[in-house]
Amino acid sequence: MTKMTRRGALAAGALAGIVPLARPAIAQARYPTRPVQFLVPWGAGGGTDATARIVASLLEQELGQPFNVVNRTGGSGVVGHSAIASAAPDGYTIGIITVEICMMHWQGLTELTRSSFTPLALMNEDPPGVQVSSSSPHKDIKSLAEAIKASPPGKFKASGTGQGGIWHLGLAGWLGAMGLKADHVRWVPSNGAAPAMQDLAAGGIDMVTCSVPEARAIIEAGRAKSLAIMAPERNPQFPDVPTLKESIGVDYSVGAWRGIGGPLKMPQEIASTLTAALQKVWDSKEFKDFMNARGFGMVWADADGYAKHMEESDAKLGAAMKAAGLTKA
Amino acid sequence: MSAVFDAFSMVASFEVLVAILISAVYGMVIGALPGLTATMAIALLVPVTFYLSPIAAVATIITSSAMAIFSGDIPGCLMRIPGTPASAAYTDESYALTRKGQAELALGASLWFSALGGIAGTVALMILAPALAEMALSFSTFEYFWLSFLGLMCATLVARSSPIKAIAAALLGLLVACVGIENPGGVPRFTFGLTDLLGGIEPLPALVGVFAVSEIMRAMINAPPPPIPERKLGSILGGQWALTRRYPKQMWRGNIIGVLIGALPGAGADMAAWVAYATSKRFSKEPEKFGTGHPEGLVESGAANNSALAGGWVPALLFGIPGDTITAIAIGVLYMKGLNPGPTLFTEKASSMYALYIVFLLANVLMIPLGILMIRVSKQVLRAPRSVAMPLILLLCAVGAFAIGNNPFAIVLVAVFGVIGFMMERNGYPVAALVLGIVMGTMVEQNFVTSLIKSDGDLLPFFERPVSSVLATMTIAALLWPAIVWLLRRLRPAEAAR
Repeated sequence: MTKMTRRGALAAGALAGIVPLARPAIAQARYPTRPVQFLVPWGAGGGTDATARIVASLLEQELGQPFNVVNRTGGSGVVGHSAIASAAPDGYTIGIITVEICMMHWQGLTELTRSSFTPLALMNEDPPGVQVSSSSPHKDIKSLAEAIKASPPGKFKASGTGQGGIWHLGLAGWLGAMGLKADHVRWVPSNGAAPAMQDLAAGGIDMVTCSVPEARAIIEAGRAKSLAIMAPERNPQFPDVPTLKESIGVDYSVGAWRGIGGPLKMPQEIASTLTAALQKVWDSKEFKDFMNARGFGMVWADADGYAKHMEESDAKLGAAMKAAGLTKA
Repeated sequence: MSAVFDAFSMVASFEVLVAILISAVYGMVIGALPGLTATMAIALLVPVTFYLSPIAAVATIITSSAMAIFSGDIPGCLMRIPGTPASAAYTDESYALTRKGQAELALGASLWFSALGGIAGTVALMILAPALAEMALSFSTFEYFWLSFLGLMCATLVARSSPIKAIAAALLGLLVACVGIENPGGVPRFTFGLTDLLGGIEPLPALVGVFAVSEIMRAMINAPPPPIPERKLGSILGGQWALTRRYPKQMWRGNIIGVLIGALPGAGADMAAWVAYATSKRFSKEPEKFGTGHPEGLVESGAANNSALAGGWVPALLFGIPGDTITAIAIGVLYMKGLNPGPTLFTEKASSMYALYIVFLLANVLMIPLGILMIRVSKQVLRAPRSVAMPLILLLCAVGAFAIGNNPFAIVLVAVFGVIGFMMERNGYPVAALVLGIVMGTMVEQNFVTSLIKSDGDLLPFFERPVSSVLATMTIAALLWPAIVWLLRRLRPAEAAR
């Protein structure tokens, strides 16, 4: 490990024609001078991976150096996130940080929290929706919400991800906002949104609280419908789906987000360079086309906004996890 | 009709044809390297598809996955090291053929029946997609539980050792599958506080360890086996027509099993190969020959894993639900390229759909000449001295394991499973059953627990739903069958004595 850093430092020093000690000063002047490693805590081929790859290729156009995407998987995301947090804070290792960082520490699975990173920018957020089978008697969210309130605890079954996953917390938070207990609707853990939607169509469960884009194909096939989303505003891509607030007056919103961050103590200049470049990326047509094609929600926040967003998300998810009995005692 | 014509002109473009050719060679090579899977080949292709036209992008995925699933058979056959998990079911069988000096027959059978299976799967996709998708959508966790349980029971059928040892190995696999937090409870199990174990133990490092590394360890302590008679590798396709004529039923059964299992979300080519091999042995007239270098099982399971590949596209194209890990990645690419999965894909984008069918057929036809080339090149390995080949294979195993997630821990896992596999083989425990346990364990548990949550702890729904009850009957019959046979044998002599 030390060998690697030393070699890297020497190379950079040689490039700048200056002793290694003075490297930070030079790097600030013309960052980036060499390829940047872009870590992804999740596997190749998934949604996070695809987002990271489009952002990395656009950053490369913006800053003129390759941004190499490296998938560091394992430990349900912990391995990759800690690799980002523990990298040298020289701006040459950054990565994509996902909502799980505001969840896992509540379960006692890791020491990592949002404050282990230098936030750079928030790029995307997808709120949970409420999907039911097209054969469900509930045609709108109002009728479903009333049926849930009237039912005995555990009668309704919902799914969308694993136990304690983001869509589980979305459901728990929504129930809490309606004054119900978090387990009033029983959670059926699944291996992701797609198997849950399939089980919904097969009649195995009553509702799925994954994001609307994840349910899109089945909805378009006429097997399911989306009754509401847990967001402050409607999604322009799915304008017919109302928010919880406008339909049943429950002001609850949450979301699965993805942002870009680096290790703590990154030099301010490098961080601002990256945030500025990320803003250009977010504004670019290529990024918008990609996100629209995948149906991913686009939300922008700069470094300070992202830090605030993570803080709110952390508090909200922590509360939902406590209510659902998922936190470590 | 104009849609079909459009489709041909879409595929006939320079870009698409070049993409097919390059990705075919790429898939062939990745699949043949131990430790690098078809899924990984596809994942690595995703960034490339950013720059391709929609048809070319999907064509690269279709072509390279078909090639990789076939070429995974090659190292399995030549060195007893399966290139992909889909080949693990019949690795011992094809290696036994190689030891008998019939490598060309084994590899030829893999190639020929893979290509035929792929074509049969495509035809099924073209004609039966809506019906198959309907079937896939009617499967809830209750049905999946029985299905994965049936898959698990294949452990005793595929192994040549005593059933007790096979069951013990499968149980060890189930224990391994318990590790991590990816269980229905979302609670970390057997992680010993190690972050790396939180995600559980993936089947791939285990597979590479128990097959490849243990083989290398054996090579280190054993004297080199008597050299395989040095002779020119015979015609690769020569004996295949005779095999096709001899085992038509096995081939068709393999194709059907492949398409059906492939179309079910979550069960892919790996499971199809296991089930087909087990079915083949179960209904064979000469089951005692299985495992000694008998092509019958190869015919059926080789056909099954490639037809499963096409089957996996059915729920993916119609509902955006992945049929296996490969289509899970492909769905992302479909969305990105504006070919959104759904029934509209078949109506509004009919010409694109036909173009994909043509690519499927083209890929499976192209497989034959490229496969022959690949077999001819890779059989040189048999001639290489072991002191050269084995270290290289060990290096490949380490690189492959690391490349999955750029996580050095995977290399440790490969080494540990190498030792486990070595000790198991020495004592006659089949390692294939261990791999099956790891693959199926997660599925069995997930589907059992979630079904119980849904039914509030009631066992009755496992037998109530129509499809579920059929699968339950099959499973229980298969479980009790050996006991019934044993009882009948006990009773008959008793009657004769009276």
